[in-house]
Amino acid sequence: MTLTAPSHNPPLSGPQTDLQPVSMRTEGGLRAYLRKVVAIAAKDLRAEARAKENLSAMIAFSVLAVVVFGLAFDLRVPRADMVAPGVLWVVVLFAGVLGLNRVFGAEVDRGSLSALLLAPIDRSAIYFGKVIAQMAFMLTMEAFVVPIVLVIFDVNLFSPWILAGLFLGTLGYVSVGTLFAALTASTRARETMLPILLLPVMVPIFVAGVGLTANILDGREVAEFGRWFLILAVYDLVFITIAFLIFDLIWEDA
Amino acid sequence: MTTAAMTRRRTATGGWEVALLALNVATVIAMAALVWASLLYARPAINLSGDEQTAQRIFYLHMGCNIGALAGFIVSLTGSIIYLLTRNLDWDRATQASIEVGTICGLGTIVTGIFWAKPTWNTYWTWDPRLTTATITVLLYIAYLLFRNGIDNRRTRARFGSIYALFAFLSLPLTYYSARWFRSIHPVVFSGDNPEAQGGFALGATMTQTLFIAAIAFSLLFSSLMILRWRILRLEDRAAELREEIE
Repeated sequence: MTLTAPSHNPPLSGPQTDLQPVSMRTEGGLRAYLRKVVAIAAKDLRAEARAKENLSAMIAFSVLAVVVFGLAFDLRVPRADMVAPGVLWVVVLFAGVLGLNRVFGAEVDRGSLSALLLAPIDRSAIYFGKVIAQMAFMLTMEAFVVPIVLVIFDVNLFSPWILAGLFLGTLGYVSVGTLFAALTASTRARETMLPILLLPVMVPIFVAGVGLTANILDGREVAEFGRWFLILAVYDLVFITIAFLIFDLIWEDA
Repeated sequence: MTTAAMTRRRTATGGWEVALLALNVATVIAMAALVWASLLYARPAINLSGDEQTAQRIFYLHMGCNIGALAGFIVSLTGSIIYLLTRNLDWDRATQASIEVGTICGLGTIVTGIFWAKPTWNTYWTWDPRLTTATITVLLYIAYLLFRNGIDNRRTRARFGSIYALFAFLSLPLTYYSARWFRSIHPVVFSGDNPEAQGGFALGATMTQTLFIAAIAFSLLFSSLMILRWRILRLEDRAAELREEIE
């Protein structure tokens, strides 16, 4: 598809045509906006409940990865429970890529992306709907990973602080990952491109997550591991804000 | 204005082409001066001996490459933001050119650092915040270049590349601060003090002068490489357009 006109000139600029779509996109205030977000999220969750293609693969992969890590470290590492925080976060990041590839990849494969973009809603509502659905998948997957880590590595991760950190980290991961999934959805080789784009940007989440989990397992005080929460919270806040501002630009010529 | 008009090349040899030639010549002279100064002119460090004494001379290249990588980072962040605001493809080309040159400089920083670290720290690698951030920056640069290659439409490529560059480089401060909580042994040569730093050295007069030459030489190197690359990209876009017009 080639563009002839500069893309920052919206095609609907005539006085007769621009009234309806624009007002439908934004009217109704916050309550209507939230209803649209929930509608997008519910659509994805319903599609997943019927097709069961995404979540099952994520769970299978993550459980498998924990088992493989456990086997690999058992041969060489004297105390395998020392590496459990790293294993937890690596598995969450890698299994997450599987799910994120399908966020918009499934829409492209089914040919429903154009229909989704034609919906008279703000593009950011699509983004937040996708983030909520993907968060639900990730948290479900983590609900399987944490007990498996307990069994394989004999490390109990069921502490409110660790679970809170896992939630904040997953939120940052999904909010950036969903935007990158949108960027890669229409490119060549999207399945291989997404992790290459995503993982270097995820380093703060990864380091803070591993540091947080390790500090709590070591029995440190809140004052010591609080800074990791700060990094996770700042990351979430900064990147959700930028994603909200920038998501409109992705399909501006579609 | 069409893209064709924006990328049209001036046929006459204008003043800025002479200026570019002068810049290139100055770069060659400055780099030659840097090789001389770093290997011969700068006096050896007083408090070091053996391999460490030899290895400290790589610092001039190390810092120079670092300047290039930092310039690549700053120009690409600026270029991608301005592209998203103005949609002028020249800024996208500036982003791409600065990231390509920045990748080479970043790799140079890492490789020279590895050579220096083995005799000084007795290890090739450590997860010091500066090392971590430099490595992640180079990985981000490479991801950016790979990502661009996968997009066919010229304007989509520019827009997606700019969005990615913006996101990627905003994560770097957080990367630095998250890695900083780990123990840092990187010497701080210019300001501040790190009591656990190892391998630091005080700078004598000739060393300061050599560092000054290194800073100038690598700034010139970055500028001339970036401008040359920017011109090539401009001509490539122009060639692609002409090909499209013929077809």
